Amino acid sequence: MIAIVDYGVGNLFSLRSSLERIGAQAVVTGDAAVIAGADRVILPGVGAFGDAADKLRAAGLDLAVLDAVQAGRPLLGICLGMQLLFEKSYEYGEHAGLGLLRGQVVPMEGTLPEELKIPHIGWNALHFTDSACPLFRYIHEGDCVYFVHSFYASGCEDSLAATAEYGLELTAAVAKGNVFGCQFHPEKSGDVGLNVLRAFCETEVQA
Amino acid sequence: MITKRIIPCLDVRDGRVVKGRNFEGLQDVSDPVELGRYYSECGADELVFYDITASAEGRKLFTEVLTRVARTIFIPLTVGGGINTIEDFDRVLKCGADKVSVNSGVIRDPSLIGAAAKKYGDQCVVISADVKRVDGVFRVFAKGGRENTGMEAISWIRRCVDNGAGEVVLNSIDTDGVKQGFDLEMLQAVCSAVDVPVIASGGAGCAEDFVRLFQALPRVDAGLAASIFHYGEVSIADLKRTLRSSGINVRL
Repeated sequence: MIAIVDYGVGNLFSLRSSLERIGAQAVVTGDAAVIAGADRVILPGVGAFGDAADKLRAAGLDLAVLDAVQAGRPLLGICLGMQLLFEKSYEYGEHAGLGLLRGQVVPMEGTLPEELKIPHIGWNALHFTDSACPLFRYIHEGDCVYFVHSFYASGCEDSLAATAEYGLELTAAVAKGNVFGCQFHPEKSGDVGLNVLRAFCETEVQA
Repeated sequence: MITKRIIPCLDVRDGRVVKGRNFEGLQDVSDPVELGRYYSECGADELVFYDITASAEGRKLFTEVLTRVARTIFIPLTVGGGINTIEDFDRVLKCGADKVSVNSGVIRDPSLIGAAAKKYGDQCVVISADVKRVDGVFRVFAKGGRENTGMEAISWIRRCVDNGAGEVVLNSIDTDGVKQGFDLEMLQAVCSAVDVPVIASGGAGCAEDFVRLFQALPRVDAGLAASIFHYGEVSIADLKRTLRSSGINVRL
C-alpha cells in the first residue's frame, strides 16, 4: 500500500486517480500511523516551500516521512514534494527542508536567459544523467513530461538522475537509495508519467 | 527545450459535448470522456472544457462528467465557463481540473483573479479574453463576445496578469470562425505586453496556420482550436508531425 501524504497543500485527485489507473493501492492520508504502515510513500505538493514545510511539520508528518525512509521504504517527492527533500530553499526567504538529499532550491529568476518565461510551464524532454535510475525503467531518454515550477533544485549532483533544458539544465528527477523525486508531474504527463509511477511502485523496499 | 502546446477546446452543455463528428473508431462523439480520451491519445497536450450550461442542474452534470474525465485523462485539464466566484474555482478544482479559465466573471468582479491566485497559485488562473477591433482599438468583449465593455484590451490583459493570472488565452473575435489563420497582429501586441504564457485562439483553419503562428511569433506558447479538431478537418497527430517537420518543437 502506498501512502500519499496529505498535509493540506495541493490537489491530490489526479495523483490518486493515476495510481488507481496503474493498479496500485493508494491511500491519501494525514495520519502518521498510516504512513508508518505503508510500503511506499509519496510526498506531493504545490505552492510555496515555506508554507508547505511549516504545514508538514505542524502535522508532525515530517518525522513520519523521515521514519519511513529510515525504515527502507521508497519515498517519491513530486514537484514541491521533491524540493522538500533537499536541505533548504531560498523561495521567499530561507527555509529548511527535510535534508534527505544534498542541495538547495533556488529561484529561476535571475538565472535564466531574459527571453524565457517564468514559471517553466509545459511539456519538456527528459535528459537522463543516470539512465539506470529505477524510475526510468519504462521510459526513454527524450520523453516529454509536464512541468510547472518557478524554483529548481541546485547543487544536487550526487542525486541527479535527469534534467530538462530550459536556458539551463534544470533538475528534473533525483534518486539516492530509496529516496526519489521528480520536479515534473507524473500524474499529468500522460503515459510517460504513469510509467514513472509504475516504476516507482516496483522499486525495491530495503529491509 | 519546452514544446509548443496544441490544445483542443470542448464545449460542454449539460454534461455533453456540443459539436463533433468524423472521429474514427469513436462510438459517441458527444461523450466528453470518450472525446477527451481520443484527443489525449492523439497527442493533445492539454484539454480545455468549456461549460456552456445555463442551469444549476446542468452544472451538476458538468462537474460529474469533469470528474470522470479527470479520472481518465492524465494530461492537464483547464475548465472555463460560468466561473464567477472562488466557490466556482473550488467546485471544478475538486473535480480534478488543474487550471481554471475566467472571462466574464473577471469583467464583473476584477478582484476574482487576485483572490484565486492567492488561494490556488498563479499557475492555476487563466485569463481568457475575447478581443475585437473597434475603430482600430483592441476592445475587451464580454458575454461570449456579444457585449463591448469599452475597455482597451492590452492594458486590461496586463492588469489581469499583474493581479496574478498565470496564463492568457487570447481569442480574437475578428478571426474566430474565419479559418484564415490566427490574429498575429493582436497576438503580437499581447505577447509584448505580458511575460506569462500566451495561448492563441481563433482563426485556425489548417495545420499551416499553426506553423505560421509559431514561426511568426516565437513567444506564443500554445495554439487552441475547437471546430477544426471536432470536425476532423485537422487531426492533432498530423498537425504535430507537420509542426515537427517545419522545425517547431512539439511533443510527439
